[in-house]
Amino acid sequence: MSTTRRDLIRGLAAGGAVAAVGADAVASERPQPPADAVGMLYDATRCIGCRACVTACKKANNLPLELYDPPEDLSGETKNIIKVYEDENTRSYVKAQCMHCLDPACTRACMIGSLQKREHGIVTWDPSKCIGCRYCQVACPFQIPKFQWETNNPKIVKCEMCLHLIKGGGQPGCCEACPVGAVIYGPYQELLADARGRVERHPDRYWPQGSPKIYGESDGGGTQVLYLSAVPFSDLGLPDLGEEPAGHLAAAVQHGAYKWGIAPVALYGVLAAAVWRSHRSSGTGRD
Amino acid sequence: MAHAHVQPVGGPILTRPFKWLLAILAVWAILLIWRFAAGIGAVSGLSDGYPWGIWIAFDVVTGTALGCGGYAIALLCYVMNRGKYHPLVRPALLTSALGYSMAAVAIIIDVGRPWFIHRIPLRVGSWNLNSALLEVALCVMAYVAVLWIELSPAFLERWKETGPNALRSFAAGILPGLEKVMPFIIALGVLLPTMHQSSLGTVMLLAGHKLHPLWNTGFVPLLFLISCVGMGYGVVVWESALSSRVFKRQRETDMLASLSGAIVITLVLFLAIRLLDALIAGKAALMFTSGGYSVLFWIENILFAIPLVMLARPAARRQFSTILRAAMLLVFVGALYRFDTYLVAYDPGPGWAYFPSPPELLITVGVIALEIALYIVIVKRYPILGGASTSAQAAH
Repeated sequence: MSTTRRDLIRGLAAGGAVAAVGADAVASERPQPPADAVGMLYDATRCIGCRACVTACKKANNLPLELYDPPEDLSGETKNIIKVYEDENTRSYVKAQCMHCLDPACTRACMIGSLQKREHGIVTWDPSKCIGCRYCQVACPFQIPKFQWETNNPKIVKCEMCLHLIKGGGQPGCCEACPVGAVIYGPYQELLADARGRVERHPDRYWPQGSPKIYGESDGGGTQVLYLSAVPFSDLGLPDLGEEPAGHLAAAVQHGAYKWGIAPVALYGVLAAAVWRSHRSSGTGRD
Repeated sequence: MAHAHVQPVGGPILTRPFKWLLAILAVWAILLIWRFAAGIGAVSGLSDGYPWGIWIAFDVVTGTALGCGGYAIALLCYVMNRGKYHPLVRPALLTSALGYSMAAVAIIIDVGRPWFIHRIPLRVGSWNLNSALLEVALCVMAYVAVLWIELSPAFLERWKETGPNALRSFAAGILPGLEKVMPFIIALGVLLPTMHQSSLGTVMLLAGHKLHPLWNTGFVPLLFLISCVGMGYGVVVWESALSSRVFKRQRETDMLASLSGAIVITLVLFLAIRLLDALIAGKAALMFTSGGYSVLFWIENILFAIPLVMLARPAARRQFSTILRAAMLLVFVGALYRFDTYLVAYDPGPGWAYFPSPPELLITVGVIALEIALYIVIVKRYPILGGASTSAQAAH
């Protein structure tokens, strides 16, 4: 008998250890934006809450528009929304939409790559590769992808940065519509420089006052949509993610165990040999 | 390759309980028409905050673990060469084949665009090797096939003897060849669950901050793997109890006693990994400061510890009633751990809540009813269940 119970258990434990070590190796890589990356910069201190961007988004993406019953949150019919945060002292608007992460959890989740970072680093959805498993919804740290629950032919709906307009030389509907420049579109590096400039010029306008933070510069590994705010980002519904993309731990575990498929193939070899041996030694075939 | 002592249970199929199952299945069929006509939102409590509910957490994640009897027993029988477990193999394989097939049914009900499911195995060039769910999907699809092939001799033997002529010669022709390749199929049958049961744990790692840190650990794949072996064992013990009752035969107490010894080791391993990992990862405080989550964490661990204590003494492992109670507890806590990882410890943030709607629950009940109905038909008509092996002694 070649494999004992103890050997097997020891082997499994070693597998776990390999996975844990692998996690550290992957964690050191910081995701980088593609060279032609575009993005958006949303400055909550400039936003007046007019929702022109919500209407423009609906029009740009052919989504149903109810003038007298405006949407309150992102949904299977709404890719962009303005929400309001209020407490005793302050009030702030916030725009919710896909962040276009540098290393998105949704694209790591998606089984055959329906959601992928495509041109300019924009995360788009390909209907021909989606089976509607909704793992992207479980994975997204920002709760962005939405599912059409009330139809028998559902789609995953999320901001695709109006890639169809960008390809024609235009810009996203929301950025074009904003009357006060609260949300602007441009090359990612330019937007990042712009945000840094604003923070430098007005360190007391933005949170945390004194040395303000640009949300998305490194959060969750970095996002192509950047935020500035006068109130804490957590109040605006933007989670405190740290600098590591959510997908790194999962990827490290997965790749640690399946690197080049060596472990499964080796395990299969051992198993086949053991079963073959057992099969022969029992003398009466399977029984 | 006759299975000694294995035979069809016999008797009529259409008993009163079976008619009740058919009634449930009739309601199920209507609900499924509704689901596929009006969409998932019409029949379920699922939302963008809780995109996965009981269909995934129970039918798939818990159901396949309950279907790990075949895995647990194959691991012992074939790989570790403990031939004495063999009388338990076929019933374990049948519950596994049915459990996994029902999980596949649940997946088809749950996904929004099931007409594209075939693209997952076929679009090899598009495979996202980062996706733990892809690995689960491919492995589960393959394993359903492997399980039915492993079980197929039970059907072929029956057809060889009593089937119509064409079926009879088909069975007689295919059995010897099947016998030859069976070791390689069985090895696949151990490899595939090892892969996807651990990956089922990896899947939830991607939920990141939405999964409570006491459940979100790099060791979750290993914990899922160990817990599925424990649950598979529990199912095997239950099958043994059922089998001995149906045939009024001796129980496999010898066999179950040494099986229980193996389970004690896996339970020690599970608890050690879980607690040490939490300590080393600096989550010790969370074990006490997370309110309901802390309570849940300890309930799980205590429930894992109870069967461990029950089976720790070799003398206790000789009492069938103790084994059965410990096994049932193990199935329950394994299911709880999985349910918690997929649903209870998953918190998408304020404003979201989930409770399964009545039609959603009934659809799950229907899946279970289908599984039980098929189980009854198959054990009554095909040689699956058997009595004690020759080495076993009377239990009492």
